[in-house]
Amino acid sequence: MSTNVTLLIVMGVLFAVGIYLLLERSMTRVLLGIVLLGNGVNLLLLSTAGARGKAPIYEPGIDPGDYTDPLPQALTLTAIVITFAVTAFMLGIIYRSWVLSSADTVEDDDEDLRVGQQSPFDFEEDSPIPEDTSEFDGDEDTQATTKNPGEARA
Amino acid sequence: MLLVLFALFAVAGIAPLIFRKLGRSTFYVLAAVPAAAFVWLLVNFKSFTSAQQTAASGEPNAPPSVTHSWIGPLNIHLDFRMDALAAILCLLVLGVGALVLFYCARYFKNEDPHIGTFGAQLLAFAGAMFGLVTADDMIMLFIFWEITTILSYLLIGFNRTRMSARRSALTALMVTTFGGLTMLVGLVMLGEAAGTYRISEILAMAPELVATGTFIDVAIVLVLVGAVSKSALVPFHFWLPGAMAAPTPVSAYLHAAAMVKAGVYLVARFAPGFNTTSYWEPMLLVLGLATLLIGGWRALKQHDLKLVLAYGTVSQLGFLILIMGLGNANAALAGMAMMLAHGFFKATLFLVVGIIDHKSGTRDIHQLSGLYKSSPVLFVVAALAAASMAGVPPMLGFVAKESVYEALLEYAHGHGVLGNVLLVAVVLGAIMTFAYAARFLWGGFASKPGMSPTPFPKVPALFLAPLVVLTGATVIFAWIPQVLENIISPYIGLFPPVEKSIHLGLWHGLVPALGLSVLTMIAGSLLFIAREKIFAFQSKLPALFDAERDYKHIVNGVDNLSIWLTGRTQRGSLSFYLVVILSVALLVPSGVSLWFSTPTPGNFIPFDTPAQLVIGVIIIIGAIGAVQANRRFLAVLMVSVTGYGMAAIFALQGAPDLAVTQLLVETIVLVAFVLALRALPVELWAKNPTGHRLGRALIGIGFGASMVYIAATSMASRVADPISLAYPELAYTGGAGKNIVNVTLVDMRAWDTFGEITVLAAAATGVASLIFVRGRGDFRQRASNVAEGSVDHGSEAIGTDGRSRAGLAVARKFAISSRESWLVAGHTLAPERRSITFEVVTRLLFHTILLASIYVLLTGHNTPGGGFAGGLLAGLALTMRYLAGGRVELAESTPISPGTMMGLGLGLASLSAVAPLIFGFQMFSSAAIEFTLPLFGTHKFVTSTIFDIGVYMVVVGLVIDVLRSLGSEIDDRSEGRSPTDIHDTVSGADTGVGR
Repeated sequence: MSTNVTLLIVMGVLFAVGIYLLLERSMTRVLLGIVLLGNGVNLLLLSTAGARGKAPIYEPGIDPGDYTDPLPQALTLTAIVITFAVTAFMLGIIYRSWVLSSADTVEDDDEDLRVGQQSPFDFEEDSPIPEDTSEFDGDEDTQATTKNPGEARA
Repeated sequence: MLLVLFALFAVAGIAPLIFRKLGRSTFYVLAAVPAAAFVWLLVNFKSFTSAQQTAASGEPNAPPSVTHSWIGPLNIHLDFRMDALAAILCLLVLGVGALVLFYCARYFKNEDPHIGTFGAQLLAFAGAMFGLVTADDMIMLFIFWEITTILSYLLIGFNRTRMSARRSALTALMVTTFGGLTMLVGLVMLGEAAGTYRISEILAMAPELVATGTFIDVAIVLVLVGAVSKSALVPFHFWLPGAMAAPTPVSAYLHAAAMVKAGVYLVARFAPGFNTTSYWEPMLLVLGLATLLIGGWRALKQHDLKLVLAYGTVSQLGFLILIMGLGNANAALAGMAMMLAHGFFKATLFLVVGIIDHKSGTRDIHQLSGLYKSSPVLFVVAALAAASMAGVPPMLGFVAKESVYEALLEYAHGHGVLGNVLLVAVVLGAIMTFAYAARFLWGGFASKPGMSPTPFPKVPALFLAPLVVLTGATVIFAWIPQVLENIISPYIGLFPPVEKSIHLGLWHGLVPALGLSVLTMIAGSLLFIAREKIFAFQSKLPALFDAERDYKHIVNGVDNLSIWLTGRTQRGSLSFYLVVILSVALLVPSGVSLWFSTPTPGNFIPFDTPAQLVIGVIIIIGAIGAVQANRRFLAVLMVSVTGYGMAAIFALQGAPDLAVTQLLVETIVLVAFVLALRALPVELWAKNPTGHRLGRALIGIGFGASMVYIAATSMASRVADPISLAYPELAYTGGAGKNIVNVTLVDMRAWDTFGEITVLAAAATGVASLIFVRGRGDFRQRASNVAEGSVDHGSEAIGTDGRSRAGLAVARKFAISSRESWLVAGHTLAPERRSITFEVVTRLLFHTILLASIYVLLTGHNTPGGGFAGGLLAGLALTMRYLAGGRVELAESTPISPGTMMGLGLGLASLSAVAPLIFGFQMFSSAAIEFTLPLFGTHKFVTSTIFDIGVYMVVVGLVIDVLRSLGSEIDDRSEGRSPTDIHDTVSGADTGVGR
């Protein structure tokens, strides 16, 4: 099958620009990057259909190969509408982020960073425990003195 | 057999309910279950031991067995088999189990928390042990093995408010699970090599398997790692003393009589057949010996009675595995006798400690004094059991130890140095055992100089009863050891016969073994008498072998590693993650294509039409413009240029459906962008423009280039005809439609579309939730309730420059008067926001567009269009209404809430999926109905159009949700007031238009 150079190059540019914007910190630019990537993907799907052909509206007696391949078109059609939905959702996120923090930037996640900076000491695992020679210390019906009232059974 | 298993688990399941009724007396009910099973075992014992032990399951003379297929393809079966070995273990499991449960009824108090679950777990544990020893399938064995591990974890951690209990429980779980999983690998290797997972079959074919060499050797080592970890042998021994944080009945049952014997059982199970593999003897003898000596040595310096017993158990387990690992008939007899004796006396001693702790509140040797006077019965019981442990006649322990000596003497004859080393070591171990048994008895009961007698209330008879029964067994079986020998002999028959076989007995005459016993007792007594000196010596010695410390180091090391790794990879920066993901996506395919030969792209054509080239250039300009643009809406417009360019390319390429859809989507997206981003600053980079431009550009360009390469290569790789060549015919004859793309969407690939519209509904709900925050805001605002000219009033700040100020003033002045209404809610809008031209155009076009959208929807089956295009067109009409007449106008024009609309749409689509089932067709089947209307002529209605109507409604709902959220609600907030209370008042919400 033939490979359309124009479509390929346009697709490559859309991908390159889309990725470049995706790696930004401005959420608006990230969203624009996603939209461009979506366009690039649609173009990729379209170019797999091969050379242009007749619009896929059935007419008797036409060789199936003469139509533009309908399958990539069906895939692309759903992709277009899904991209719309995703874009609207992202716009909602951008607006909310603006309302909450007056910024449309992708900030570093402090919680994530805290995971990597925590101390390896864990109270449950590493703290020393007093020796313990009875299950019943702290119980009322035993005569021995309570040694570890804090460790008594609840 | 299965009934017993089932009963144990079933009663365990309902145990907590019984506890609610009966309190701690429930333990008596629970004890009755294993007790009944024990009786069943005794009654049928003959059938287990008299059977031909090696006969395959199912043969008439085989031991009773059950075989059910469970997961056939994985070769996993519900196989159970009660042979002599299993039956002997069941004696311990059921007998000691019943007694321990009986004991619990006096050990616990009614008001102890979680006592119900405790009872259930303990009984379930008996069930798991029963399953473990009777399982004849290796996977079943493993499952029960792990159940005991988990129950052990829960039972050790019973005192959940004590940190020592929680930590010890976790340690035990980690160590035994490590062993269990290692064992699983070994079992799978064994099963795969043998072609069956049935243990009896594997044992039958052991000689052939062993002959295959290293693979089986390794498999057996892995299996033994499981046994060694479960039975707490060096280097895993440290978990068992830790497990003493469990309530004492648990220690008596799990950590003395039953669970820790699982490892011994496993060795005993595989010894006949696999004791000749290369690493069996070295591994078990070395570890067993080390454990025997280390455990005994440590036991001598403990001052907690329970820890004396715990280290003693460690020592004895090493002893047992050592003997069982020898793998000859004499050793097997001695080992089995020792295991039974150990079960009886060690369980008794733990229960004794439990009573001491219960009544005096301590187990510390230094705090106990004079108990032999205050509780003589307890003392006698303890003395008998301790004597059995020490190997003093006439106790069962003596009989068993005597037989061990005999077996070892016999073994030493044939094995020179090794045999003698073993003998010396075992005697040493026995001497220490004698010493710590004496230490236990002295420490627990003796009157110590300078200490007043520990107060000790009377022990109730019911509390003591289980101990008396166990001690009875210890004493009685010493006098009738033939009974034990008879039940063990079928098992030892599995080993090759020996020249001189040994027998159990109290008196064999003046034989060397008796000499060793006497030596043991004398040396042990000396060791006990010299305890102060020994203790001082021990305190001076540095801890030579501290496996617990090593375990902690390993765990801490893993902790540190995971923190280090997390810190390196989890940087909290989204772009960092993306760079990593994209780099992998870039490098892996490139690497692969370099590695493997890929077809060279060829058959290039520059373009299909010159117009395509022009549009391509425009798209590229738009894309680059989007990067360069510094103003927010300029960037959005530039991206829109690429979108409209895409529509043009679709049109040129022969894809009218795509062109139409893209055109409509692009328009609505543009509106949505403007609506959502109007609150944000005009400049894109008010501050902190991000760095790393070059790096990002490189990744972007690299990714784009690799996508070009992948696309070109994959297109050149095509060898088969496209699947879609059949589509035109399928669409026309099967789907009764001419628009192949539409028929693909609503008929041939309807499932995909169904999934997609579900995503659309989810995304729309997401948008609404993000903006409304509380609920979807599905209420309807009527124009009649809104004051005239109030909407968006004042949001346009009067400019400072004279002209705009004057213009605005004029607009307001004129517009206050009521004007002929072109739109339903036009008058609600602030006058300066109205445009009469727009209102008139909207009035004229709205219904036309709506009709057109329905036309596009219904004819979409045959001409370009369909549910998606139709829905978007209707959405565009509504967008016009909103832009012309404001948010009240939008509310007036959408009588159905978008949520309802999308719900109905999805419902309709589901209906068209399911309805064909009623008529006996597959889901999503379609049918064509022809009908003739007067005036409209003959028409064909295809049922898949119903699905398309569902799609239409979902898309319309999506667009309304976008308009309502990004449009109306943001309007509302930017006016700085809320018409209803259901909206939140987030600070900053008033940051809106005009700022």
